This record gives sequence, C-alpha cells and structure tokens, in this order.
Amino acid sequence: MATSLDLLLGAVVAGILLGGFYAAVTVGVSISFGMLDIVNIAHPAFIILGSYIAYIVNTRFGLDPILTSIIVAPAFYALGAAVYQVYHLVFERRGDESLRGLAFFFGLLFITEVALILVFGVDYRFVDAAYIGTTLHYGPIDLPLRMLVPFVCSLALLAGLQLFLSRSFIGRAIMAVSQDRLALQLMSANPARIKRIAFALSIATAGVAGAFLIIIQPVEPSIGRDYIGRVFAICVMGGLGSFPGMLMAALLLGVVESITATFYGPSWSPAVAFGFLLLTLAFRPSGIMGR
Amino acid sequence: MLKPAFPTMRAKAIACAAAAILLLAGAWPAAAEPIKIGFGMALTGGLAGNGKAALIAIQIWAEEVNAKGGLLGRPVQLVYYDDQTNPATVPGIYTKLLDIDNVDLVISGYGTNLQAPAMPIIMQHGMTFIGLFGLAVNDQFHYDRFFQMQPNGPDAKHALSQGFLEAAMTAKPTPKTLAIVGADAEYPQVALAGARDVAKKLGLKIVYDSSYPPSTVDYTPIVRSIQATSPDAVFVASYPPDTAGIIRAAHEIGLKTTVFGGGMIGLQFASLKQQFGPLLNGIVYYELYAPEPTMTFPGITEFLRTYQPRAAAAGADALGFYLPPYAYGGMQILGQAVEATQSLDQKKIAEYIHATTFKTVVGDVRFGRDGEWVEPRIVYVQERGITGNDLEQFKKPGKEVIVYPGEYKSGEIEAPYSDIKH
Repeated sequence: MATSLDLLLGAVVAGILLGGFYAAVTVGVSISFGMLDIVNIAHPAFIILGSYIAYIVNTRFGLDPILTSIIVAPAFYALGAAVYQVYHLVFERRGDESLRGLAFFFGLLFITEVALILVFGVDYRFVDAAYIGTTLHYGPIDLPLRMLVPFVCSLALLAGLQLFLSRSFIGRAIMAVSQDRLALQLMSANPARIKRIAFALSIATAGVAGAFLIIIQPVEPSIGRDYIGRVFAICVMGGLGSFPGMLMAALLLGVVESITATFYGPSWSPAVAFGFLLLTLAFRPSGIMGR
Repeated sequence: MLKPAFPTMRAKAIACAAAAILLLAGAWPAAAEPIKIGFGMALTGGLAGNGKAALIAIQIWAEEVNAKGGLLGRPVQLVYYDDQTNPATVPGIYTKLLDIDNVDLVISGYGTNLQAPAMPIIMQHGMTFIGLFGLAVNDQFHYDRFFQMQPNGPDAKHALSQGFLEAAMTAKPTPKTLAIVGADAEYPQVALAGARDVAKKLGLKIVYDSSYPPSTVDYTPIVRSIQATSPDAVFVASYPPDTAGIIRAAHEIGLKTTVFGGGMIGLQFASLKQQFGPLLNGIVYYELYAPEPTMTFPGITEFLRTYQPRAAAAGADALGFYLPPYAYGGMQILGQAVEATQSLDQKKIAEYIHATTFKTVVGDVRFGRDGEWVEPRIVYVQERGITGNDLEQFKKPGKEVIVYPGEYKSGEIEAPYSDIKH
C-alpha cells in the first residue's frame, strides 16, 4: 500500500503537470482579457477547433498533434486577426464592446460548436502519438508522457511569449496598449493594429492548446465549455496580463485540485480550487502578480 | 329475345367506367396506401451519434418488411423528424405526426428525455407506444399501451452493478474489498447507490467510495487514491470521457486489483473500442450484445451484416452492438403485433404485446409492469486478447467473453486484472 508521503508526492507532481496544461489553455485569455480587455468567451471554442484540426491531420496523415498545431498556428493567427477586425469595426470603434461584444463572442462560441457538430458529429475524438500511453516511473512518482509532453511544450510556449512581449517592439507595444492606450497613440502607434496582433496571437495559442487537450483527453464539440470557468479564474487569480502570475495560478489550481482529489475526494476539487481563488482575491485583489 | 345488357354505346361506356372505379376503389388503395409509422429521432445534437444508428436500424426493418410485401398487405412508410436532442421539440413533432401526418403507428425517439415529453400527447390519442432506451419513463404515467425496449428489467438500479459484482465474486482469489467511483451525474449516482446495496448483500467491504465532477481532466490522482486502498475489485460508473480518462490512468499508474470495470459507458461503441484496443484487455463492463456463441439470437447476425456497412458509410456506430439491435427488435415487435391482430387498432395491438413473448434479434422479449422487460438482460463481458486497433477483431467471438449472467456465459472471468492488463 502506498504511504501518505508517496501519495502526496504523486498528487503534487500530477497537479504540476495538470497546471502546465491549464496555463496553455489560459494564456490566450490572459492576452485577450488580461491585456486587451476583450472578454473572449469563445476562446474555448477555438481551442476545440484546434483539437479537431489536430485530429484530422493525425488520423489522415499520422502527423503529431503538437507539430500540426505549430504548422497551422499562422492560420489561427489569421483567423484571430479577422475576428478582431470584425469586433473592432462593429463594436469596439462604436463603444459597444461591453454587452454587444460579449454577445458577439457568445455567438461565435455557439456557431463554432454547431459547425463542428454538423461536420464531425458528437462522437468523442482521439489522436495517436508515440508518447501517449507511455509512463516514466521514478519511485513513487509516475510521469505519464500524455501529461508531461503538453506540460513541457506549454512552458516553452509561455517562455517564448514572455520573451516576445518583453523584448520585441510589437511585444512592448502590446504591453503598452494594455496599460495606456492614449500614450501609445501619442507615440504614433495604432492601438487597433497592436490589439489585432495581440488578439491574433491569443487565438494562435488556442490552436496549440487544442492539440494539448486532445492528447490529454477525448474531445467532442461542446467540451470546451468545461474550461470557461477555470480559464477566467486562473487569469484573474494570476493577475490580469501577468504571464508569470498566470503560470503560478495555473500550477496552484492544478496542485490544489490534485491533492484534494487524492486525499479528500474528487468532488471537492473544484470547490477547494475556487476557494483559493476567493482567498487570493480577498487578500490580494489584483491577483498573485497583478499590479 | 334477350335484351342486350347495354342498350346503347353510351350506357356501355358508363358501365365500363363504373367497373373501373369500383375495381380501383376495391383493390388499389388497399394495396398502395402505406401504413405510416411516425417518430422523432435525435439526428443532430448530443444524442445524434446513437440516434443516427437507431434510424439506420429502423430503416433496415422497413426495407425488409416492404420487400416481403409490407404489413397487412400494405407497404410501410417511415415518417420521422429530427428532434435535435431537444425535449422542447418533441410535443410539436408528435402533434404533427398524429394530427397532420395522420400516422398509423408511433414509436419513440432515443433516450429518456425525448420520450417523456411525448407521453401526454400519445396518451391523449390512445396510441400504442414503443420506447427506445428510456429509464423509468412510465413510472409516473402508468400508461398501459407503453412498452420499453431496454433490457434493464424492473430493477435498473441494482441490475447495473449486480452483474459486475456477482461475476467478480467468481474470480480467484475471491474479492473481499471493493472500491466504487463514478461521476457526479444522475446515471453514475444511481449505479453507485445500487452497487452499495449489492456489495452489502455479497459481503464485500467498501474501502473507497467517491465521486468526481464530470469536468475532471486528469484521473490519475483518483486512481492513485483507489490504489492506496488496495481494493480487490473496482467498480466504475462513468460516461465516455471519464471512462477514457480512468482507463488511461489505470494503465499509467499500473493499477493492481483483481477485477476492474463496471458500468462504463463508452466501451460499447466502436470509436472507443478501436481507440483503446489492447488497453481494454481484462476490463469487465456491461454490454447489451456480444458476438459470442451463447448470444446467437435468430436474425442478429444477418441484421448486423446489413447494418455495419451502412453505419460505417453514415458515420454512425460502426459495430452496432448497443442500440441498433434493440431499435430493430422494437420494430419487429410492433410488426408482429400488427400482423397477429390483423389490425391497426391500438387497444388490440397493446393487449397483444402485453400477452405475448416475442422472438426478436435481441432474443425473447416479454413486457411486464409499466411496459418494462420482465427479466433484465444486461450482460457483463471481459475483453480478451485484443491486439492493435483493428475494429474487425471485435466482431469475432472470444474477444468479448460473457462472464455474466449464467444463461449467456461464454467463459469464466480471468483474474487478476493487473496480470491480464500487462
């Protein structure tokens, strides 16, 4: 029988791996909601779209889902740019973005789901990859590659984005537009263009997160809704617009969920995890690393 | 001198026309006017996967009946609408079927939520109603012309776990402890409640009893907790995504137990069987049909031979072991009742169905109280010798060995799961 320490170690490791995946799912929302103030509740639908594209390419050509997601990332980027352009012209420019913009993204969520149902039906879809099904064992710690590979790729994705935002001109402009739109205009940069680039980036990350998702679990068109609550909670808990904060929040949520599921019953996991969110907001309303 | 029958040419023409009309009136309508069978079916929405499979089975039955001359010498015509897996559409569909399309017979769509909303309209019109895979739909209505095609029997709560636990008790070494786990949703909770009762009756000590939210992503912490209690048997009541997650986690952490499985929904369908392939070896789970020599009901092989290529082309469940034989069997019962009573009188048809044991592709069927099956026919199978992900292997005997009930048993349970799995 496993000891409590073994169980605790196993739970913490499983939680960290899960948290890495949560971070990949949340990073797009952290950009759109945290930096651009765009409440893109259709984000999970774009993630599922990414899952289905990974599924099609994997079943027809046998290509790795993560590799597929990198190849199609420019297409997701273009899709994101187009969606933002519509949103900007129809809602944001007129100052109608709060409620009508929300309805717009609701509409996108449902349209994407229904389109996927019509094309693929409602069956659960899976992918095959050499590493799915392999587990590394180190004493009491199990590292299923199904979780480890998305975790490592997620960290790489976050590191790349953080570097881009802090070192490149466009990245700094994105950070600037999230802080002071007017000041950016005074520096003769076009905030709408910068926001379009940032939003397009957020949708590109959704495509990659979709590949992670279908590696971890089977996917059907409406499964993305399960993530809406978690994603926004992590974004807020980490501090709006802060990638390191978001990563810490995602890891914390994963570990708390995992430990609760191991020791106190899985039914309590969401309650305890969201309890942490409330505590964080009570003692640090701007989030873990919010300003 | 005999008078001519038709004194004039005009009278002769009128007589010929009258004879033609009489002939047409007497014979043609009876031969050509179809018997309309109406229903709603989930062809889009959450239940569309099974709804499409059921529709194919019903269409196969109609084609076969028409090829043999129809019912009562009249062809059968199916009139159906997509209920979109939306209960709100059901009353409108059945009102249209009965009041505008004037169908002669009605059957239900797939699932409890899409049967119950039709009941008031069906009862108002006094129609005989064959339900398809609904859970206790008639418990409140007690409508005596309702019949359910679902082999749960009168005690569904316990039937789901009884087979698994009784089969588990035949394993060597005999299990003494049990872990039960399931999703926080209606079906798994009913199944877990039943499992607690049955475990108590069989003297099994429950060492782990928990449920998880349906939105759970990673199941390894749950399976690790189960492993920490070292149970001899693990009963899982799950929906397809959790079934997949739990099986993966069991392999990833190397679950050690004697018997593993339970009421795991999803393993009955071709897509999950194909995806998991060898990961299914050793798992004991419920099926409604398995291609074993003990379940060769008359016509089932022929039915599946017709169904499988059509389902594969339509993107429906390519094996068809779960719902399609029951949809086809329901139509056989309705057809046999119409032919036996030589009538479309709903009262006579219902009385005949109540009084008769029917021979169908899912075996002998007899209905009891509230139109449920008198005897449950849920079988528990253990996957054996699955290699690779080829779907064809699941069509052969010996891969899904029936370990419960004794009537259909095709082999003994193999244990421990830990050894078979690896």
